[in-house]
Amino acid sequence: MTDVALPPHRSRTRDVLGVLSKNRLAIVGLVVLLLLGVVALFGEWLAPHSPTRTNIPNRLEPPSLTHPFGTDELGRDILSRVLVAARVSLQVGFIAVGLSLAVGVTIGLVAGYYGRFVDTALMRFMDMVFAFPAILLAIAILAVLGPGIRNAMIAIGIVYTPIFARVTRGSVLSVREEDYVRASRSVGASGPRIIVRHVLPNVMGPIIVQTSLSLAFAILSEAALSFLGLGVQPPDPAWGRMLAEARGFVRVAWWMGVFPGLAIVVTVMAFNLLGDGLRDALDPRQKSVIESRGHLL
Amino acid sequence: MTAGGGEPLLAVEDLQVWFPIKGNGVLRRTAGHVRAVDGVSFTIARGETLGLVGESGCGKTTTGLAILRLLEPTGGRVRFDGDDVTGMGRRRLRALRRRMAMVFQDPYSSLDPRLSVGAIVSEPLDVHRLHTGRAARKARVGELLELVGLRPELRDRYPHELSGGQRQRVGVARALAVEPDLIVCDEPIAALDVSIQAQVLNLLDDLQDELDLTYLFIAHDLAAVQHVSDRIAVMYLGRVVEVADRARLAAEPAHPYTRALLSAVPIPDPPRERARRRIILEGDLPSPADPPSGCNFRTRCPEVFEPCPRVDPALQEVGRGTGGVPHEVACHLHGVTGTPAEAGRAYS
Repeated sequence: MTDVALPPHRSRTRDVLGVLSKNRLAIVGLVVLLLLGVVALFGEWLAPHSPTRTNIPNRLEPPSLTHPFGTDELGRDILSRVLVAARVSLQVGFIAVGLSLAVGVTIGLVAGYYGRFVDTALMRFMDMVFAFPAILLAIAILAVLGPGIRNAMIAIGIVYTPIFARVTRGSVLSVREEDYVRASRSVGASGPRIIVRHVLPNVMGPIIVQTSLSLAFAILSEAALSFLGLGVQPPDPAWGRMLAEARGFVRVAWWMGVFPGLAIVVTVMAFNLLGDGLRDALDPRQKSVIESRGHLL
Repeated sequence: MTAGGGEPLLAVEDLQVWFPIKGNGVLRRTAGHVRAVDGVSFTIARGETLGLVGESGCGKTTTGLAILRLLEPTGGRVRFDGDDVTGMGRRRLRALRRRMAMVFQDPYSSLDPRLSVGAIVSEPLDVHRLHTGRAARKARVGELLELVGLRPELRDRYPHELSGGQRQRVGVARALAVEPDLIVCDEPIAALDVSIQAQVLNLLDDLQDELDLTYLFIAHDLAAVQHVSDRIAVMYLGRVVEVADRARLAAEPAHPYTRALLSAVPIPDPPRERARRRIILEGDLPSPADPPSGCNFRTRCPEVFEPCPRVDPALQEVGRGTGGVPHEVACHLHGVTGTPAEAGRAYS
């Protein structure tokens, strides 16, 4: 029995990447996100013009070779502004989601593992936060904290925390009952040890998927807040703010709104495609449920 | 009382594990209880193997979990080496975890898929700070794997890369890591292929001799239990209905339920096998949320008579087996004793 040859080593990560690489849409999403990452890091160098320098004689120029996306009402190059704004959008997205990830997952782990009144108290609180419409709550938080990019991140982070708490708690409830958790308790492992070592690694799948999808929502929220003047402050470019500025010129300068709008659409779509792909790769069972529902419809 | 005489290593007295049934209302009032384990008593002597058999849902596994306090008992007492396990605080319970271990039924779910074999086997060492230091830890893990017949190189593998038999060996190695006195084996072979079952049983047997272990061996397969156990306790619907040493239980089963179980075991001898008369039990296992009055077994018993619904039978000695091991049975066929149904079942 001991002399049986071992099968070749197989890594789970590689399995997941294998499934993911067969999903063309997810790969498209991933490639777009990588490009966006490059733009976010090197936007200033890639931009053909200064994103903030005004040039009144050149105002409201339609797209041309010198200004591929045209210019705005102050003569600023829209392409440059869109490129530079990518950083702020991604930054707000990642930091805000990082915040809700850290807080939400911790709450979900504790509530799900310990159950009883800990669970009730934490989750009812999360439900309270969750009950407010996301943007409304973010506006309310910003009304208290004051506008600005840092506070926008905090506000978005708070708004998306309950989603992570719920997703995590749901998975923890099933993992908690697994025999390996019981086995760990039987040898005397403490609650925190079991949570960190056994529960967290086994609930990562849905959390990763939720992270990707939440990034899309967070970027959308940042755009909405900036549109309302609560996020990025002038003169720094932000996609949402550019839309707000374009509002008054829709009839005379369509390019002012269309290009930043497209930037938002592409980014959000890329995160969603990647998120869906990750879900299929990390949890094949969930995919089959969706497929079987499709047959019923 | 026990085979070897003296203080038993484990004594279970009137153990109860009831699960509340919650109502649907807003207040989630408790509407009743599922009596998974309802007054189980037995002892295990040091170095002995007690087999615990019964059909699915009779409370065998729950009993095992409650002994280790992986489930909180609702009543009764568990004594381990003289100490009351049921009243232990967190600290003493942690110390106890070094002396009692468990091997689980399903080797596919009892090993964390995210941890390597080495990490799984060394978790008990981490928890109890045994064999600290990288080299010592690695050596100990290798030793444990060899003890259960696995190559030490398997330490870097993940559970999904192993066969069922290999996985169960890893489960045994984890249980052995703390050098326990008692191992509760919860159907350790039920989820394995038949060809592997004997290997694991023999492994457990060898380890018992080598390491002076005491086993509580839980199974629904009477043949396997007879193979490994010194004494056997038969459970039905949350209660022990008969206890005897294995030879006597096989030769002179005293409880109608035990007789039915034994009659289902095939005999590897064609003429005798042809003569074997199976006792087929009628009906289903009653719900443990609403057990019958008096004797639990009376709804399916072929020998049911007048006192059965009236008196809840107590375990009584009906003889002695090899080495003076008492043979106890809870059945009115051997004399009506026990508590009247009204008193014993005041709640239902």
